[in-house]
Amino acid sequence: MGSLQVNSVRKAFGNHEVLKGIDLDVKDGEFVIFVGPSGCGKSTLLRVIAGLEDATAGSIRIDGQEVGAVPPAKRGIAMVFQSYALYPHLTVKDNMGLGLKQAGTPKVEIEKRVARASAMLSLEPYLARRPAELSGGQRQRVAIGRAIVREPKLFLFDEPLSNLDAALRVQTRLEIARLHRELKATMIYVTHDQVEAMTLADKIVVLSAGAVEQVGSPMELYNRPANLFVAGFIGSPAMNLIDAERLGEAGAKTIGIRPEHVSLSRESGEWQGKVVHVEHLGADTIVYLESEKAGLLTVRLFGEHRYAPDDIVYASPDSASIHRFDANGKAIR
Amino acid sequence: MAKPTHSPLRTGLVHLALVAYTLISLFPVVLTIINSFKTKNAIFREPMALPGPSSFSMIGYETVLKQGDFLGYFQNSFIVTLVSIVLVLLFGAMAAFSLSEYRFRGNTMLGLYLAIGIMIPIRLGTVAILQGMVAAGLVNTLTALILVYTAQGLPLAIFILSEFMRTVSDDLKNAGRIDGLSEYAIFFRLVLPLVRPAMATVAVFTMIPIWNDLWFPLILAPGEATKTVTLGSQMFIGQFVTNWNAVLAALSLAIFPVLILYVIFSRQLIRGITAGAVK
Repeated sequence: MGSLQVNSVRKAFGNHEVLKGIDLDVKDGEFVIFVGPSGCGKSTLLRVIAGLEDATAGSIRIDGQEVGAVPPAKRGIAMVFQSYALYPHLTVKDNMGLGLKQAGTPKVEIEKRVARASAMLSLEPYLARRPAELSGGQRQRVAIGRAIVREPKLFLFDEPLSNLDAALRVQTRLEIARLHRELKATMIYVTHDQVEAMTLADKIVVLSAGAVEQVGSPMELYNRPANLFVAGFIGSPAMNLIDAERLGEAGAKTIGIRPEHVSLSRESGEWQGKVVHVEHLGADTIVYLESEKAGLLTVRLFGEHRYAPDDIVYASPDSASIHRFDANGKAIR
Repeated sequence: MAKPTHSPLRTGLVHLALVAYTLISLFPVVLTIINSFKTKNAIFREPMALPGPSSFSMIGYETVLKQGDFLGYFQNSFIVTLVSIVLVLLFGAMAAFSLSEYRFRGNTMLGLYLAIGIMIPIRLGTVAILQGMVAAGLVNTLTALILVYTAQGLPLAIFILSEFMRTVSDDLKNAGRIDGLSEYAIFFRLVLPLVRPAMATVAVFTMIPIWNDLWFPLILAPGEATKTVTLGSQMFIGQFVTNWNAVLAALSLAIFPVLILYVIFSRQLIRGITAGAVK
């Protein structure tokens, strides 16, 4: 129903190359998330797939059909934008139906699809309202509804939750996950929030500076980061990256250990250090310490722990969870 | 709506300044209107007095309506102003849209070139314009005036509208593209409604100089059939004798149509149906 192949796609604005040869294969029904720091090209890649920007080189195929010269409306895609992008002068119902109307779909069919989508998103009470009369969360649901109504081969989401407050973000995230299960549609989702990426994705594509760093399932990226960038980007708080020379380890340039794989003790351990700052989050306690041997370390402890700044503690990494990287930043396996 | 931090004295002073400014602005208008209802002697004896039983006279209006085809002059002014505004808004918005929406070589240069017109008065080119109009056979036609006023209004319109159009969300336009709207539909159905306040501003700024202009009607269309109101009123001003009653009456009449247009546009200015389209 909706597969996507991206082959060595490049995009340059003037002399500035934003996408440096992207290859990607998305299977039917997959939920793929592009994640990366701002300016890494993830939104540009999405816009190239949507046809809102032309690729400078390379090919894009949706369902096996080359779409390089096909306008956005004919690619069988639907897009949800960060700023909702609802038509201000149209009611919720007309907002959702406009795409179909433009495509010449019969009125009865439009009514049916709008009714189904608004039932899915519990938007029925608002069908006659204008966007200005809706709250932020409702507006984003209308924008999602507008995408569903088109029954596209590909759903494209461009940071859809960034404008929502924290509580609403979690709720809408669940809703998107539910929609993906119900619709069994192929979805491509751009975000800079790795929590969204980890919770929603079947497959995460980590981008940096216009190139793909690693593609894999959330747990693959977490457990087996391919390089330093992915290791530092995925996981929160970020992985501790320590110069191997300081630890006297041979055969690696950098040693990585996640904060949750370090244990703390007041009596003994591998690295002695002084607590710099402690964050008590209830479920976790995050301890920042300055150690002589390993430098600044972040340690994540589960549950509540009574550490205070200036305490002397000993940190020990779980040796099975250590990541090693070579001089080029590639993981050594 | 005074905030607690504003002292009554400060609020009072602000109001005083605003009231003073209002009085100064309205003074010539009021003076014109009250004197248009007085006899000629009363105008000169007591120009500030309101028309009383002894000084009231409709002679000015009678003269205006009898002499010359004043209804025709009004019609000419109306046609010229309205058609010019429509053309300025249409072409101005189109140019502004292409300048703000599309990336193409020379975009900035073209924008600057179009904006230069704001700084150079079109009257500098009067001789060339007249020659051109003569060559095109457009002298003594309303078309000549409309063309000149459209050219005169465009630079400011493009400048203001392109700044406003840059603020229209790209996401909204892209949503339209994905929904299958053509670039024309995006322009007319999404962007124009959103920049309506700016359009109203441009309309007001364009309309007033056109309505009040004496220069181009005098040079390009002085014929009886194409006279505008401002030009028509001039026939009462002679080298030796001026029929002040008639001049004042004509000017008073000329205020109202432009006032009505202004009210229409300023309502558009205030109306904010576009709020909440994008966050």
